Amino acid sequence: MPTVTSLKKTSLNDLHTRSGARFIAFAGYEMPLQYEKGIIQEHLHCRNHAGLFDISHMGQCLVKGEAAAGELEKLCPGNITRLNNGQQQYTVFTNADGGTIDDIVITKFESHLAITVNAACKEKDFQHLQKHLSDRVQFQILNEHALLALQGPKAANILFNLVPEACELSFMHAFYTEIEGIRCMISRSGYTGEDGFEISVPNKHVNQLAELILNESDVELIGLGARDTLRMEAGLCLYGHELNETITPVEAGLNWIIHGNNRRFPGAGTILYQLQNGSELLRTGLIVNARTPVRENALLVDEQGSPLGHVTSGGFSPSLGKPIAMALINSDAAIIGSTVYAQVRNSPVELTVCDLPFVPRRYFRG
Amino acid sequence: MNELPDNLKYAKTHEWAKLEDDNLVRVGITDFAQSELGDLVFIELPKIGRQLKTGEQCSVVESVKTASDLYSPVSGEVVFVNENLNDSPEQVNDDAYTSWLFCIKADNPSELDALMDADDYQKMIDG
Repeated sequence: MPTVTSLKKTSLNDLHTRSGARFIAFAGYEMPLQYEKGIIQEHLHCRNHAGLFDISHMGQCLVKGEAAAGELEKLCPGNITRLNNGQQQYTVFTNADGGTIDDIVITKFESHLAITVNAACKEKDFQHLQKHLSDRVQFQILNEHALLALQGPKAANILFNLVPEACELSFMHAFYTEIEGIRCMISRSGYTGEDGFEISVPNKHVNQLAELILNESDVELIGLGARDTLRMEAGLCLYGHELNETITPVEAGLNWIIHGNNRRFPGAGTILYQLQNGSELLRTGLIVNARTPVRENALLVDEQGSPLGHVTSGGFSPSLGKPIAMALINSDAAIIGSTVYAQVRNSPVELTVCDLPFVPRRYFRG
Repeated sequence: MNELPDNLKYAKTHEWAKLEDDNLVRVGITDFAQSELGDLVFIELPKIGRQLKTGEQCSVVESVKTASDLYSPVSGEVVFVNENLNDSPEQVNDDAYTSWLFCIKADNPSELDALMDADDYQKMIDG
């Protein structure tokens, strides 16, 4: 275990401390798990009003040059060459077996593509990119950039007061602009299932920008604890849980990110075969028919006790007021409404297979 | 952080215990413990009638993020559980010292002497 002193800090660390954060180690960073109100209140505040998240631990990089989109399309199942300027795409870097190296967001601009990657994967991803990109493109890691997420039904009202043009963006679109003279990239995207924005900004300006946003009404800082419960309710994958080097995007239920005209990416044989014929395992949602949470790695069995798979994320849904989980199970058993069982402390717990998301997504699609 | 009540004894594993009439020992978790765990969403209480040994794992508190075992501070029989917590585990977050979890009819109440008093427990959590 790394000691607290060896953890990296984001530029907003002092703000978190002043705001009463309880910190955890996450991907080598000291990050706020929660603030004084706690995960449930923070979660509900984001669902009902707006939340500001420091996600500066995530990796950001640029790929420049005319060949950039074509070269990225050889690393992921997306159709990057077909993106319009200002358009974003959620996709995955795949390995030769069809497993997932990371799930990422690529944003197309005229002069470059911007990529946002998971904090825990960023060194691996950047090495992957450096290894596979040719010298026809330039690769630049944005080490000096922070990332904020403003999420929730009031997010657009709040940002309207600072940068009204941002509210014209529709979901998964982005542009470069200035807020009070601070140059930033704003996208209409996020990880909560709510309408919202992510704002990439130089570290040296992120405190000023965070204060500007927090001075608006209806917005509070939200920690990583609620970020996790929000994304779980929204049925979104978390790398290392619903996705990893051995889980394909088809198994993770991400068929929609596979664009059949792209057959050049690593593991395309496996992934396109699964897309056509189905996969043995499939990510599914589960509602726990008891009060006890069923946590990650819990084994799931059918009524006869035959193994079906395991829980990939499990916890409590503050919006539903009951425990929920996501799991990778035999696709034959992933039938909405059917019952599966977990053992929790030697007692069987019943779970009902359900569709995802658990809570409707409320993206702004213009 | 609230001041620690002086009339309770404290275990290293963050349970509090209160000796009442008829060798009854009331057990809860400390304010420090609830604060560390965060929002509680489920508490698995021991079954009434269960015979516990000192230090035996007998209950589980689950927060949004994690599950944590509780251990019996004394040996004896479980005679009451706080069933209000089945519907409202958050009562323990709101007031850890009035929201008890279970009561044990202690075989030997002097076992409580092995637990910490408020000052020693405060020193332990101050680390």
